[in-house]
Amino acid sequence: MMQHYPQSPTRDPLLKVEDLVVEYPVGGKTIHAVSGVSLEVARGETLGLVGESGCGKSTLGRAVLQLRRPVSGRVLFDGQDLTGMQGDSLRKMRQRVQLIFQDPIASLNPRRRIGDIIAEPLVIAGVKDPKKRQELVHEVLSAVGLDPSLVIGRLPHEFSGGQCQRICIARALVLNPEFIICDEPVSALDVSIRAQILNLLEDMKTRFGLTLLFIAHDLAVVKAVSDRVAVMYLGRLCEVGPSEQLFARPAHPYTALLIEAIPVPDPDVRPAESVAVGEPPSPMSPPSGCRFRTRCPRADQRCSDEVPELRAMAPDQFAACHHPLIPAA
Amino acid sequence: MATLELSLNEDVAVTPVRRVRRLGPLFWAAVTWTVFILAAAAFAGVLPLPSPTDMDMLERRMPMSGLHWLGTDGLGRDELARLIHGARISLTVGLCAPVIGVTIGGALGMLAGYFRGRFESLVVGSMDVLLAFPPLILALAVTAYLGQSLFNLTCILGVLGIPAFMRVARAATLTLARREFVIAAEALGATHARILLRELLPNVFLPLLAFFLLGVAVTIVVEGALSFLGLGVPPPISSWGSMIGEGRESLEVAPRLAFIPAITMFLTVLSFNLVGDTLRALTDPRQGAL
Amino acid sequence: MTEPALLSVEDVSVDLPTPRGNLRAVDHVDLTIGAGRTLGIVGESGCGKTMLSRAILQLLPKKAKLSGRVRFDGQDLVGLNAERLRKLRGRSLAVVFQDPMTSLNPVLTIGTQLIETLQEHLELDGLAAKKRSVELLAAVGIPAPEQRLTQYPHQLSGGMRQRVAIAIALSCEPKLLIADEPTTALDVTIQAQILDLLAREQRRRHMAMIIITHDLGVVAGRTDEVAVMYAGRVVERAPTPALFKKMHMPYTQALLAAIPKIDAAPHTPLPAISGRPPDPTRPVQGCSFSPRCRYAGAQCYREKPLLTAAESSAHQYACFHPIQLAGGVIA
Repeated sequence: MMQHYPQSPTRDPLLKVEDLVVEYPVGGKTIHAVSGVSLEVARGETLGLVGESGCGKSTLGRAVLQLRRPVSGRVLFDGQDLTGMQGDSLRKMRQRVQLIFQDPIASLNPRRRIGDIIAEPLVIAGVKDPKKRQELVHEVLSAVGLDPSLVIGRLPHEFSGGQCQRICIARALVLNPEFIICDEPVSALDVSIRAQILNLLEDMKTRFGLTLLFIAHDLAVVKAVSDRVAVMYLGRLCEVGPSEQLFARPAHPYTALLIEAIPVPDPDVRPAESVAVGEPPSPMSPPSGCRFRTRCPRADQRCSDEVPELRAMAPDQFAACHHPLIPAA
Repeated sequence: MATLELSLNEDVAVTPVRRVRRLGPLFWAAVTWTVFILAAAAFAGVLPLPSPTDMDMLERRMPMSGLHWLGTDGLGRDELARLIHGARISLTVGLCAPVIGVTIGGALGMLAGYFRGRFESLVVGSMDVLLAFPPLILALAVTAYLGQSLFNLTCILGVLGIPAFMRVARAATLTLARREFVIAAEALGATHARILLRELLPNVFLPLLAFFLLGVAVTIVVEGALSFLGLGVPPPISSWGSMIGEGRESLEVAPRLAFIPAITMFLTVLSFNLVGDTLRALTDPRQGAL
Repeated sequence: MTEPALLSVEDVSVDLPTPRGNLRAVDHVDLTIGAGRTLGIVGESGCGKTMLSRAILQLLPKKAKLSGRVRFDGQDLVGLNAERLRKLRGRSLAVVFQDPMTSLNPVLTIGTQLIETLQEHLELDGLAAKKRSVELLAAVGIPAPEQRLTQYPHQLSGGMRQRVAIAIALSCEPKLLIADEPTTALDVTIQAQILDLLAREQRRRHMAMIIITHDLGVVAGRTDEVAVMYAGRVVERAPTPALFKKMHMPYTQALLAAIPKIDAAPHTPLPAISGRPPDPTRPVQGCSFSPRCRYAGAQCYREKPLLTAAESSAHQYACFHPIQLAGGVIA
């Protein structure tokens, strides 16, 4: 079932995901992690991908890089189909797309020195001259705000979470990639450090001319860095649209639910008794039709029978819902 | 304006934590003994010792004296010389057999843990089959068939050790292969070989080393047991095990003939265990802060 | 405060010996909470909030040294003998931890864990305890409670497990519930449900509650009073509305500013706090926040500010240059 994505940004998309399906077996059953997701990311933009645990957003991120092979669908990067690629050509492609993970300390080999870790991508890419490598490593470490001479000879466990994340960002930048997938890059960090890293990512994006796919479960964080946001639930897209617009006037009930559930640091805003009902179903047996219907206050028989398609609700804003909060355009 | 950690300088200078674990006297005693016994075995040829095979029937079972520091055995051979040459044998088998185990078993385990799937099932399955054989019986059968020799003994003990090392390497690899830093390497375009050698091996190396030292200890004992039964190294080569076996006959008259090699073996095995354990605990990298 | 405080933490300090030297996890903290009230303790990792909760519960690691007094319901818990402490814990004093997967015993069924607590403290017989367990599970919003009794923790989702942990905590009608980061490990929609549940139960039982969290958003609408901790000390304390209306201590204000707000436009740079929280084994001379504070002056580096009262005695802060006196509006 194709979730068609009718809109096309004015610039040609750097990344185009077409009807991606990712499943994997666990025990005797299958987890339907991603069930037919299509999206586009234009050059130079940041697409935020938000959803709660189990929605498949991390799996989608990894599937884009072919770290987890999709069952069907295509991933087109700069026009080239990554899903068919193997071996050397895939490895070359991977140097243009980088990944930053949630746990910064676990992302670094505990037995290797920082200098080696950051130089690793250069070695793999075939930069033979050690002086040149050293120079690039120094450059990228300074760019992320770390003093190279103090950092290069040390081991990861000597650094804090925030510093490790900076090192991971440096490693992702050293090959001068075009696209970076950030998989929950700040969730494991303290509040005051989060802000530092988010600012750093924005800075690096401008400086290096990057395109980002920013995956997170925290809406406020996603909104802060994204131009457009896509909301996922249990393997499917619920809504996609420009950040401001989406949060100001969400069309999909799940988006509205997420927004309303955010604790607001303002004592005058009394948290309303939440309308969230129940728990997300298991990805091993997702509900028929619209997957959100078991928790949706607006669900009816049609939602159970028919899978909703992404439709335009407002300029550039699409939602997959039979009873959206704003009438369809 | 991004807030950069330009004030990082003092932070980082303060951070490095060299956890100096107090190496107690026990550790140093173990190290001393290990070094001593290894050196003695290595330099046995140049030490001013009487030959271990020189029999002097007039001097049988003589107590400790200036001429024979540890006395003589039932056939008039110098006990000290026999002990040190025995150390050679025991340590040679003790060190070489686990080397076979750690290289083959370690490699198989890492590959199994990394690639998973049918290859893993195959490896684990065959190791299980090997483990199912009673080890001593298998050793006996092989030596009976191929003949008793130092080389055969080392090989069979080495092969018997492979499943255990495979298990250790596989377990370590399984926990590591799912960690983000390995996925990160893959995302960077590293080949499998590179990931195995540069990312996984440095982390799997230490548990394997600790297990290796344990394996040395165990092999010394197993070799000793086989030699005690007369099924290990063939005479006239003697190891600690065969010395204990021979000493059995003189237990009433000269108990030291059995006990001295036994105590030496005990101390050596204990020392290897202590050193191995301490090394492993020392080099465990601390993950994260406090 | 007309009624005497239910819990009174008086000048409590916790020291932990570590290989790197002495770690002062909690540094001369005073806190009070009355019956039926909710106190929020806010701080980042390493600020000492978890150690403080352990100090209150007398569940500190063996090597830790505690000084000061912890008065609960008239008794001083410090130095109380083990038997009486055991009777208090679970009965009058309950805890909900952050990770329900590790706070619930993975090899015992839900039913066993609940019934055990009931039998231990309330001395109910098996049947009565089972009935009460089902009631409790229903009260915390778990569907099909009878079936859950025979299930194991790993068969439940994270939100469900936390509800079970809350049910166990509430089973003996405690007077004080300490919730240590109860929703940090949960999704945001489940978080809202769990916090609602806690608030509801608290109102019904007239129970005092301490919510420990790093999220100012969580405390804003759900607490009566907030205490902000930094490097082992309470740096600001006030009734919740007063705190948010006017933050005196620069750290509190910076913490609030660093949180991305849902109504801010995208790509607005966040006013981040530079540097990192201090290493607790190397205490800073003077105010712990001074290396990161934009208003720090000479005095701040020399002396540690003590809690002083602002306009109303209920609002206290520890700072030599509190924000309203520093003049001007903070960007």
